[in-house]
Parts: sequence; structure tokens; C-alpha cells
Amino acid sequence: MTTETIGRPLAGTRGTTYGWTRVKPLLIHVALASAALVMLYPVIWMVVSSLRPGNEIFREPGILVRDLQISNYQAGWNALTEPFTRYLLNSAAVVFGAILGNLVSCSMAAYAFARLEFTGKRFWFAIMLVTIMLPIHVVIVPQYILFSQAGWINTFLPLVVPKLLATDAFFVFLMVQFIRGIPRELDEAARIDGCGKAGIFLRVILPLMVPALATTTIFTFIWTWNDFFSQLIYLTDPKMYTVPVALRSFVDSTASTNWGSMFAMSVVSLVPVFLAFLLGQRFLVKGIATTGIK
Amino acid sequence: MKKDNVAAYLFLAPWLTGLFVITVGPMLASLYLAFTDYNLIQAPEWIGFENFTRMLSDERLHNSLRVTFTYVLVSVPLQLALALLLAVVLDRGVRGMAFYRSIFYLPSLLGSSVAIAILWKQVFGTEGLLNQLLAQVGIEGKGWISDPSTALGTLVALNVWTFGAPMVIFLAGLRQIPAMYYEAAAVDGAGTWRRFRTITLPLLTPIIFFNLVLQIIHAFQSFTQAFVVSNGSGGPSDSTMFYTLYLYDRGFGNFDMGYASAMAWFLLIIIAVLTAMNFVASKYWVFYDD
Repeated sequence: MTTETIGRPLAGTRGTTYGWTRVKPLLIHVALASAALVMLYPVIWMVVSSLRPGNEIFREPGILVRDLQISNYQAGWNALTEPFTRYLLNSAAVVFGAILGNLVSCSMAAYAFARLEFTGKRFWFAIMLVTIMLPIHVVIVPQYILFSQAGWINTFLPLVVPKLLATDAFFVFLMVQFIRGIPRELDEAARIDGCGKAGIFLRVILPLMVPALATTTIFTFIWTWNDFFSQLIYLTDPKMYTVPVALRSFVDSTASTNWGSMFAMSVVSLVPVFLAFLLGQRFLVKGIATTGIK
Repeated sequence: MKKDNVAAYLFLAPWLTGLFVITVGPMLASLYLAFTDYNLIQAPEWIGFENFTRMLSDERLHNSLRVTFTYVLVSVPLQLALALLLAVVLDRGVRGMAFYRSIFYLPSLLGSSVAIAILWKQVFGTEGLLNQLLAQVGIEGKGWISDPSTALGTLVALNVWTFGAPMVIFLAGLRQIPAMYYEAAAVDGAGTWRRFRTITLPLLTPIIFFNLVLQIIHAFQSFTQAFVVSNGSGGPSDSTMFYTLYLYDRGFGNFDMGYASAMAWFLLIIIAVLTAMNFVASKYWVFYDD
């Protein structure tokens, strides 16, 4: 769980200059730990509640488990028209496509922006930056019309094809920033050894930008997994539902009565995000610190 | 320098294709649709500025703007203040800093998910976790989500809860402040608060500004949480009817695509104007150390 510190050591000279050195760190720890507990309490409570009989959810604000049972999971798994496995697989397919698309197309564009000289470079780069800020709402209606005329509604294509076309421009930006930090001498050496532009990209740049690719992979994973708006619009056939859309229809169909099963499936839907967080922490923190993405 | 036009445009081909087919093309199309009446079945019918004049007299739209602005104006400052506070505390060389940072950052990753929206719906429900906890100390709660006066507040709380992302950016910014500034101030006998006010805060203003612009744009587009918490209705009594929710309702609930397009362009204008205003205002309070 460590990140490199830029510029100065952590505790070092500054810590010692603050007053009442013994008591203060302890107080800070108590405050921080309480804050952390308050923040995570609802989530922990949800996980515990998903393992409790349904009626206890309305009586038990604590997080100690006495009578652990998995019936909520069994009930939730089969509560909708398709078993939950189906929705997990659908989400996995969309996520896989999105990751592949972002890795390939964004890295190609980033290489051009970071390393090649071409007419209109400044103009296109500015356009790329502007598209990062663009709300999806200004394009969603015509995109919907476009994809429905192509017969792509209730397929994963509207969710994956845009990624293959590098529409997630912040990853282009993130990768440009990263490539700028790779010494140009390496490109030169490869060029002298007879590498062309494609060779330099594939053999020099790509292997060196693995951290940026990892950051992209993890963010794409989490965002696509959590994405609701576009999946809600493009997927209306229950067979094609992804996890968020299925969860939402769960809320609709049970009219908020069956919290146990709803919590159980919510927990199932959060597990991949949590695992991605554990595995990719280092990259997440770096990625967010360098580009300010969420 | 020698140009690599052919190679560069080959590398840019996927991005350029996406730019024109997925972004610019649809933008132009939605600009055209904004001046039409279109229900997806019949051909779009040109109606000039009618969608925009309709927006002027659309009470629900005005309400959605009120709701959205309230949400942004309340939740973003709270979220950033909390992010800054925690970043400053963690930056002081707290043991286990990486651990706390991770814990505080986690909600940012979960916050936009349907699962957390479902959790929120329960926590702030009549028989929800919050009221159970309040009952322990003898306070009788209420249905926070079913009461129009508090429903939006629960969504504000959800957005504030995701302060971890701007916090990480603040932490990165704090790392850039040279330690010698603090050493010099300590030699001069400046206390904690004074050092924060005269060194940390001014040097951090570019980062504060960056976070502010980013979080405002982000908050304006909130959708999932309000949609799930209100079962897509924006209720109770339209109290959680975000602008984007109303846009979805018009476009994909009623297939009023022309009006939805006009609304989308209005949203873009609002965001662009607010961002521009932020940039203008930044000249007066953002301090660049060079």
C-alpha cells in the first residue's frame, strides 16, 4: 500500500515542528479511525445484513453476526428472469471489450500525440482535451438513434465499439502524460537499430508504459462495471442485462420489500470492484493524482 | 522538424473515427434535433426555437434546475472541504497514511454504483439503518427519502461521502509544496494555523481550482443515485429530479427526442458558462508560484 512520495519525506522535518508531540498523534489516529469507521459502516452493515434473515435487517443496526446464513444469496441469485450468473457474464463481456478497446486505441493515439510531429497536432490535441469535459448527454440521443438504426440495441456493441474508437479521451491524456516521461533516447536507439514508427511503438513504448496501461485497465474495469446510464439505455432485453441494470430491475420488481436478497446481490456486484481496488490501488492513486480523474 | 504525417494519422485513425462518428457527428445531429419535434418513429419536424420557448415555461424543468444547482452548490463545497481537511491531516506524516488514504478513497469507487444507491435507499428509509441508530439514543427519525424536504439531502450526503478522489489529488498537490517553506515559517515562529493559511492554502489554490471545476462538472451530470433512490421518478414530489433525470425522462421515457436534445444543449451551455466563470474568477484567488 505504498506510493512514492514526491519531493520530501513523509514524517521528516515537518512532523517534529508541531507541538505536544506525544498526545497529538494518538488523538489524530483516534479521529481518523473513527472517521474511517463512520464512512465504511453502512457498507459493512450491508455485507453483514446480506447474511441475516430478512426481518432482522430492520431491527439490527449492529454489525455482529450471530446466525449466519446464505439464503438471501440463493434467493437473490434466482429472483429475476435469468440467474444472476447471466448478468455477471454479460457485465464481464462488456468490461472485457471496453478494456481491450481502451488499451489498443488510446495507446495508439497517445503515441502519436506524445512522439510524432504532424500537421494540426496542437489543434487535435486541444480537441481531445475538450472532449474529456463533454457531457455524454449532448451526444446520447443521436448516438441512440445511430445505434438503433444499425440494429445494435440489446447488443454489447454500443458499449464496446466507442471504446475501440478511443472515445474515453482521458485515457489518451493519461497515456500522453506517461509517454512524455519516457526518455526519447530509447526511441532514437531503436530507430538506429532499424525500427520503424510501429516498431518503436510496439517494442519500446508499449512495454515501458505498462503502469499506464494497468491504470487504464483498472479504471475502465471499475467504471464500466459501475456504468448505469448507457447500459440502461441500450440494454432492454433481460437476457442482455448487465449487473447494474439487473440490480435496478430487482429494486423495481420487489418494490423495496426484499432487502436481504437485494443486499446480497448488491454485495455480489461490489465484489469485483473491491478486488480491482485491492489489486490496483497503486495504479488507482497514481492515475488519479496525475490526471485528476474520478 | 521532419513531419510524420502518414504514420501519425494512421495511429490516430481510431481516435479520429470515434471523434467524428461517435462525438462530433452526434453533436451536430443533436443540435439539429434540438430544433425539431422528433419521436423516433416519424421523421423529425423542424419547429425552430419552439423547444427552447417550451423550456422557458416548463415548470418541471425549472424545478430540475433548482434541484441540480442546490445539489451542486451544497455538495461540492462540502466534499472539497472534507477532502482538503483529510488531505492536510494525512499529509502530516501520520503513521499508516497509505491505509487511511485507501479507506477514504474507496467510497469514490463505489459511490456511482447501483448497489450503493440501493444501500442509501435502505439507510435513509423509514425503517432504515440511520433511524435504527437514532432510536438507540432515543431520537425518533423519519422517512428521510420519502420526505421531499430531506430527500435531496441524502443524495448530497452520498456525494460528500465520495470525497476520496479529490482528497488524493490534494495529497499529490501537498507533496509539491517545498518543505523549506515550512521550515522557514517554523523558524519565524508561525503556528499550525498560520502556516496552513499563509503557505499551504495559497500554494494549493491551483489544485483547489482544478478540483472545483472537475467536481462541479461531475456533480452536474449525476444520475444513477437519484434514479435508483427514486425508482426513476425523481420523487418524492420531484425533489430529487436532477436535470439529467428529467432529460432521460423526456428522451427515453417519452421519446420526446427533440426536446431532450434541446435540454442537452442547454446543459452543455450551463456547464460551459460555469466553467468559464470559474476561470475568470480564478484570476482573483488562484495563486501560481512562478
